[in-house]
Amino acid sequence: MIELKKINKSFESKQVLFDVSAQFEKGACSFVIGSSGGGKSVLMKTMVGLLTPESGSINFDGRDFLNINYEEKKIIRQEIGMLFQGGALFDSLSVEDNVAFPLRMFTDWSKEQVLERVNFCLKRVNLENVNQLFPSNISGGMKKRVGIARAIALKPKYLFCDEPNSGLDPITSRLIDELIAEITKEFNITTVINSHDMKSVFDMSDQVTFVYKGKAWWQGTKVDIRDSNCKELIDFIKASEF
Amino acid sequence: MPLNLFHRMKYLNTFGEYLLFLKISIGKPEKFKIFRELFVRDLYQMGNDSFGIVSIISIFIGAVAAIQIGYQLVGSLVPMYVLGRIVRDSNILEFSPTITALVMAGKIGGNIASEIGTMKVSEQIDALEIMGVNSAKHVVLPKLAASLIAIPALVIYAMFLSNLGGIISVNLSGIVSINGYINGLLMDFDGFSVTYALTKAFTFSFLIITISATHGYKTEGGALEVGWASTRAVVQSCIAIIFFDFILTQMMLYK
Repeated sequence: MIELKKINKSFESKQVLFDVSAQFEKGACSFVIGSSGGGKSVLMKTMVGLLTPESGSINFDGRDFLNINYEEKKIIRQEIGMLFQGGALFDSLSVEDNVAFPLRMFTDWSKEQVLERVNFCLKRVNLENVNQLFPSNISGGMKKRVGIARAIALKPKYLFCDEPNSGLDPITSRLIDELIAEITKEFNITTVINSHDMKSVFDMSDQVTFVYKGKAWWQGTKVDIRDSNCKELIDFIKASEF
Repeated sequence: MPLNLFHRMKYLNTFGEYLLFLKISIGKPEKFKIFRELFVRDLYQMGNDSFGIVSIISIFIGAVAAIQIGYQLVGSLVPMYVLGRIVRDSNILEFSPTITALVMAGKIGGNIASEIGTMKVSEQIDALEIMGVNSAKHVVLPKLAASLIAIPALVIYAMFLSNLGGIISVNLSGIVSINGYINGLLMDFDGFSVTYALTKAFTFSFLIITISATHGYKTEGGALEVGWASTRAVVQSCIAIIFFDFILTQMMLYK
């Protein structure tokens, strides 16, 4: 479980996050929704340690992520997988080497063991015979799937997905959604997804956090959304094309 | 705040960022096997891919130096066979290390800034950080190690080629007899000039890689900012090379 308590984050004089508190459960797909510029991406970057908040606490299964040294942080980071909006695959490495990278960096596995795990991860995201291709030679949807394969290579406890289906056609978007949901349940991962896509939210979310003006404005399940009288949330959902 | 004070603080801030970047990017590699692979790749790219340009520039600089210095000696009381010695010393002391470094600043400095800048804006650096990898060390250290071998090696290669260029141009132009020129070339050779040139080569390598990498790593935005970072990296590397050329010359030749 990931627990955020009273997170505040500013850039120079502009405060972006205000006392954000939220919980993300293990084995669940937790969505963070909200309009652009509302603070979703800053919140996710803060959770994974790319940004440091001015105050508050972030706990990964009871481990305080903010008040530990670099080496201790590294251990938690190796338990985190992240799927970036653009894939963030290493351009100079083939698909196989991209997925193998965290394994080669953090394990002492033999080449055969690494290759076996790489092939398992690629097969799990329905990609086969693409090992030797480079990121520039594959489609956007394939990049996302390779990104997921790389994210799960080290058997993460926590998976963060930033706009996993942005820029994808509706069919590929659904495939990526299904894949994330399946992997979350199969490996019992704590998954946090930033998204605008309300279809994804209603299809696969177990928990929803609505971020509005830098605050965790509303938290509940997709069923609660329908009964909610939170005006800002209703306006956001109505404004989406869903 | 007065404008000049503001600018001075900006430069200090940039210099401070550079020092902080050095602090996080230089140290023991996190995984030696991966460092070795990146090092070999970078060494090949820096060294092998630069042979052509360094060869052309060195031969022509040596050739032009021989003709120009020969032109200046005509009619003077200095015997013409000394031409070989003057051209040799100019090539070894100044042209080979400095011109090679300036060429490498343009070639690999710009390349490093744009490579790391692109990694930054496409979130590849973030991906490394989230995995728990020290991204600065991961991208900079192999390049720095490779440059400390590739650039001095290219400088030694440039020394030979520039002197060869001098021989070719003297032979073709007939300013002085080829035997006389070669005698001058071999006259009073002091090994310290090579030590001096290599000291400059190592210093310039360090400056090119670290300045370029710092600019790449600081990049925020998109393709436009990557281009700016690349330009700034080349310009500042060239300025640093010229500045340290002066400092090292003063320190080493006039002790």
